[in-house]
Amino acid sequence: MTDFSEILQIVGLSILVSGTSTLIGSVVGVPLGVLVALRKFRGRNFVRTVAFTFYGFPPVLAGLLVFLILSRGGPLGFLGFLFTPIGMILAQSVIVMPIVMGITISAMMTVEKRLHDTSLALGANERQWRTTALHDARVGVFTAVMVGFGRAISEVGTVLIVGGNIRGQTRVLTTAIVLEISQAHYLEATIFGIILFVIAFAVFAFLQRLQAKGVV
Amino acid sequence: MSAAPLSLEGIHKSFGTKPVLRGLDAEVQAGEIFSIVGPSGAGKTTALRLLDLLDSPDAGRITFHGKSYPIRSPESLAQRRRMVLVMQNPTVFRATAFENVAYGLWLRGVPDAELRGRVFAGLDFVGLLEAAKESAEKLSGGEQQRIAFARAAVLNPEILLLDEFTANLDPFNVRLLEQSILRYRHETGCTVVIVTHNLFQAKRLADRVALLLDGRFVEVAPAADFFEHPVRPETRAFLSGEMAY
Amino acid sequence: MTALRRPREPLPWPSFVTVWRVAFVLAALLILAGMAVSIDLQPRSFIVLATTTSARDSGLLDYLIPYFQSDTGIGVRYTAVGTGQALDLGSRGDADVVLVHAPSAELAFMAAGQGLCRSPVMMNQFVVVGPNQSDPAGILGLTNATIAFERIRTTHALFISRGDNSGTNIIEKTIWSWVGYTPSTTNDTWYKESGQGMAATLDIASQLVAYTLSDDGTFLVHSANLDLRIDVQHDPALRNFYSVIPVNPSVHPSIFVAGALRFAKWLTSERGQSLIGNYTAGGVRPFQPDGQDLCP
Repeated sequence: MTDFSEILQIVGLSILVSGTSTLIGSVVGVPLGVLVALRKFRGRNFVRTVAFTFYGFPPVLAGLLVFLILSRGGPLGFLGFLFTPIGMILAQSVIVMPIVMGITISAMMTVEKRLHDTSLALGANERQWRTTALHDARVGVFTAVMVGFGRAISEVGTVLIVGGNIRGQTRVLTTAIVLEISQAHYLEATIFGIILFVIAFAVFAFLQRLQAKGVV
Repeated sequence: MSAAPLSLEGIHKSFGTKPVLRGLDAEVQAGEIFSIVGPSGAGKTTALRLLDLLDSPDAGRITFHGKSYPIRSPESLAQRRRMVLVMQNPTVFRATAFENVAYGLWLRGVPDAELRGRVFAGLDFVGLLEAAKESAEKLSGGEQQRIAFARAAVLNPEILLLDEFTANLDPFNVRLLEQSILRYRHETGCTVVIVTHNLFQAKRLADRVALLLDGRFVEVAPAADFFEHPVRPETRAFLSGEMAY
Repeated sequence: MTALRRPREPLPWPSFVTVWRVAFVLAALLILAGMAVSIDLQPRSFIVLATTTSARDSGLLDYLIPYFQSDTGIGVRYTAVGTGQALDLGSRGDADVVLVHAPSAELAFMAAGQGLCRSPVMMNQFVVVGPNQSDPAGILGLTNATIAFERIRTTHALFISRGDNSGTNIIEKTIWSWVGYTPSTTNDTWYKESGQGMAATLDIASQLVAYTLSDDGTFLVHSANLDLRIDVQHDPALRNFYSVIPVNPSVHPSIFVAGALRFAKWLTSERGQSLIGNYTAGGVRPFQPDGQDLCP
């Protein structure tokens, strides 16, 4: 049904879309999580609750939301991002961001108050302390990023709605699996599933290697 | 500089409705080791946090060479960077011993080449040069506290504040740290404030001793006078161990 | 810029901070690069087609599109969704052209001014399929689906419904209405809903030794893997007409109208019609050309 070069293209697009959205979601979600965890402000608990709610947000709903925004009739329709990888990246970023933010908040909450005093006593200002706290909680924050990527590469709701599962354009591993199942091609679906597993495994192994070496 | 490097004038501090400090007055002289002793819960740690500008008093003034700084102001940060507080339980960052000692220097923007020299000198000072690349969390409690001392010492502070810094440590590390402090004061001439409930430690290290009791300094005297000829009955009771705490 | 900002203090953990800064710059570059690639000022060289899953699952589109592309130089990106969603994508301006099989919904779409023109393209038919080895309801060879459904009901033979409000499911419900009975999964143990697409539903029917309603295209493409055969066909009421509708550019200026019209005219041209008529899947020709160019 699907030849090798097409499989490669699907795999490449999956990694590109999920990787980029994880990057975007982390670059936004981690600093936000750090601020929410370390700054005391009115409504902080509310923000935390919202972040954790989005954590359990069904991807199809996020997909619908982004679809309505990117559709020609929607506010960003003029960009023409619907049914493009860019649209899929935006949609997945919306899913990844709250996950990364929520887990980052949890990780930062475990940093002890004593460390705050130590840091200030050694001469840190607030910005330097935030960096220090982030550094101390880096294993937890790194986990947040990995969970975000895992969610992105395995979810099907948003990429199907926003991407449209267009062959050669927006078909990724998960939508390919859904398509093969809908056509009762269970063998092909299983092969795609195994590829997905292998990619996730390779990415996590690589990231954990980085972590073990102390790069991050 | 005429005014004392550090002085307290009528310091009050309460947590909720519970008063902890009820009028502290003292002047710490340049280059001396000033020891605050007293039973647990007397407010020693609270006083030290106020001195390090981590917290502000409800009433009274803390002055450095005659100047006081409202906390969280840029000037207070600058003053905070002229002194260091080492806390009771060893607290290290999740990083190598080297990075822990480098921390304060990073905050102050010390150039890399100079930083390396100072960090290694600091590690050497506390006898942990070989542990430079080891993860600080994996070191023993005593070694962690020596890291914490080196981390403070490399900053060349004008005032060193030590809060029960040898509590719960083994005799070997206690001795090593005490010797480090005496040597450090000798080499740099920095002012040291030590909070301890260990009278022997105060006797070994301090030039002057203050007894903190119920939120006030009951007696402030040179170490020899404090231990040999205490004036106040409370001091005598405390020294003889009659005070239950 | 003479912003009154104090110089920022250096940050601790410099190598750690560097990693984060690199990630940040990388993300920014990726976003900008993506924008640059996708905001293409060149006129588009492809059309977006919204169509139904049956057109995709029959394999017809993957067969036709390369011919269209080599004939015209215009690429086709198609997304296969439910009939209602396909028309909705058209009325939002997200698709340039739609290819669907739902006459009443198409007429409503045209009446709303969303379509530029509507041309019939081809037809296939719905068939009642059942187990290969047996025929518990005794419907093999019938040409009237209503009678077949009536026999399935009276014999309580197992029947799998799509149950997903798709075009096929709506036709099935219509036939039940002609029978004068509304089966439900709660009251009728012989009536089950798959809630899935046609191919998956056929697979379920095959595994459960049951009857189901299918379009002949999808069935024929998948018949090799199914233990099912056609029991009822050639019922005039079960003919299924496909139309192509370019979206109206006066409602949606972003439409690639030239490409959409080209596609509609190509499908109904002699070339397109003969390709459709010659398309074979599973040894048979599922679509019967029925084209008529009604576009300007």
